[in-house]
Amino acid sequence: MKTKLITALAVLGSLLLPIAGFAQKKPHIIVVTHGQVSDSFWLVVKNGVDQAAKDSGAQVDYRSPEKFDMVAMSQLIDAAVASKPDGLVVSIPDADALSKAIQAAVKAGIPVISMNSGSDVSKKLGCLMHVGQEEYVAGKGAGERMKAEGVTKAVCLNQEVGNAGLDARAKGFKDGLGGDVEVLAVSMDFTQTRNAFAGYLQKNPDVQAILALGPTGAEPALQALEQAGKAGKVKFGTFDLSPTVLQALSKGEMDFAIDQQQFLQGYLPVIFLANYVKYGLLIATDSVPTGPGFVTQQNAKQVIELSKQGIR
Amino acid sequence: MPGGENGVFASAGRFRRNFLEGRMANLRKLMVRPELGAVTALIAVFIYFAVTAGSQGFLTTEGTINYLEVGAEHGILAVSVALLMIAGEFDLSIGSMIGAAGMIIAIPVTKFGWPPWLAILVAFAFSLAVGYLNGWLVVKTRLPSFIITLASLYLLRGLTFGLTIALLNYTRASGMGSYLNGDPLVTIFSGAPLGLKISIWWWAGLTLVLGWILFNTSYGNWIFAVGGDAQAARNVGVPVARVKISLFMLTAATGTLLATIQVLDTGSTDVLRGELAELEAIASAVIGGNLLTGGYGSVFGATVGALILGMVQQGIFYTNIDTNWFKAVLGAMLLAAVLLNNYLRQQALRSQ
Repeated sequence: MKTKLITALAVLGSLLLPIAGFAQKKPHIIVVTHGQVSDSFWLVVKNGVDQAAKDSGAQVDYRSPEKFDMVAMSQLIDAAVASKPDGLVVSIPDADALSKAIQAAVKAGIPVISMNSGSDVSKKLGCLMHVGQEEYVAGKGAGERMKAEGVTKAVCLNQEVGNAGLDARAKGFKDGLGGDVEVLAVSMDFTQTRNAFAGYLQKNPDVQAILALGPTGAEPALQALEQAGKAGKVKFGTFDLSPTVLQALSKGEMDFAIDQQQFLQGYLPVIFLANYVKYGLLIATDSVPTGPGFVTQQNAKQVIELSKQGIR
Repeated sequence: MPGGENGVFASAGRFRRNFLEGRMANLRKLMVRPELGAVTALIAVFIYFAVTAGSQGFLTTEGTINYLEVGAEHGILAVSVALLMIAGEFDLSIGSMIGAAGMIIAIPVTKFGWPPWLAILVAFAFSLAVGYLNGWLVVKTRLPSFIITLASLYLLRGLTFGLTIALLNYTRASGMGSYLNGDPLVTIFSGAPLGLKISIWWWAGLTLVLGWILFNTSYGNWIFAVGGDAQAARNVGVPVARVKISLFMLTAATGTLLATIQVLDTGSTDVLRGELAELEAIASAVIGGNLLTGGYGSVFGATVGALILGMVQQGIFYTNIDTNWFKAVLGAMLLAAVLLNNYLRQQALRSQ
């Protein structure tokens, strides 16, 4: 009887040991973005987050609203603050709607790093730093690149109206080109966008150049161009990568894609916060630029394999 | 005499039997009420999250306020949608109404310098007009309200889109915050008395008022009659057209109420605000025991349904479930809540 009791206690004790190990503080980091994992762009971000969780040993939760919804996103940030994490990573596509929630997080003593969008408000809201691509600068780079190739009139496809980051890209493009830019508002739906753009092509057969603000806009536009027999005949650039975009680049149907390396936007903030929580280490900068990098026909093939794995 | 049929013990026994039967009859009456299933589901959902996510923030004050806020957003719409559903109709356009009303408030204030109270009043007037139009079309054409309000869903959203981009050359209106000081109407639509956001107070108030109207006034009786059998209701003198049109005006108005609260809270709005809100409102009403076919339901049930939806949507957040599975888990939990609700109601009806 006594031996049974001792054995039982020993077994129970050994079961508790791993729990004790757990209780030894795995940093808990919550990532709240406005991007749904159904969007191939944000899937890469989440892969970056998951990889960083593995590399740093932190427990990381990725949260986003079901669709582009700023009210829901601020409620998700509030919920994050209520669960008292060790660190918070947020994207800031609408500073007005999200500032209260983010400032509440900072006030609660949670270190916050912003990523992807909101570089202009990041410091003001109390974030440690911003990891991303300066949208306006990248757009301007695209505009200047096209201007150098002789473009004077272009159309810009915006697939997520209301997103300040995309609007900044469009504005940068317009300023960089210095010419006539029309912004065409499309949606996240492939067929709708393709047909909307096909209609635009019919009405504007003399279009010189197209800039898409993401693969969600670029891919349907590409199909519309192919159906109109214009693929490769107009200058066509886009932001961000996808397997289809990379194929088009290697075939010469697109001229460039601006890579903001969003894997790093998911990866780096988590690593930075994990090291900050564990050891108090923090790099001394307000902004870590993950882009723009230009992917062209020359380096497309290398990037294609990685895109299929959801890394680029 | 103590013994025998008419003795003290026998009559005491009879009294106890009748007493118990009376209690059982009351219990059965309680179980058939549309709300009981919903309340049971609510308790079940709460226990689930308290156990799996309680230590991760679900049971904290902030966590509770968090899902109450989300519940309030569904609830403000669900209570009016429930009334309309009991009357046998649907309003699919409320989501678009939220987006439209938000812009009607934000654009005049930030771009044309209107005082906020004026913009808010105009937004409400607009929503009452739209509600009237929806109701009038449904009554006049006798087409399913599903179709009519689906058309207004697109019309309203499209007009919001087009006019916003035409006026602002942008899809967002922001900067409301600096115009709100000292405005008379802003105080009743913003703030957080006792730490609870104003939306929660409006939700509670609407539940009480509309619930009272439904069960304590002849207008409420008319709503049930119209939903049960509109022709029979008409025959006994119920003003069917007036009831339906007023209910459509009510749903549009609650949409504008929510839009006002959100615009004042966030200080901005965008053309997508409110998308899919109508589905969540209908889901809340159905989870709460309102029948899609009409003629049966309650406002309190819709409120409980809204709370369940909000609790599940935010509660999942505190568990360790990976975000990739969120929608599946949400759907499964909602299905479970509805099935539990249905089962309890059938049990109660069967035992009568």
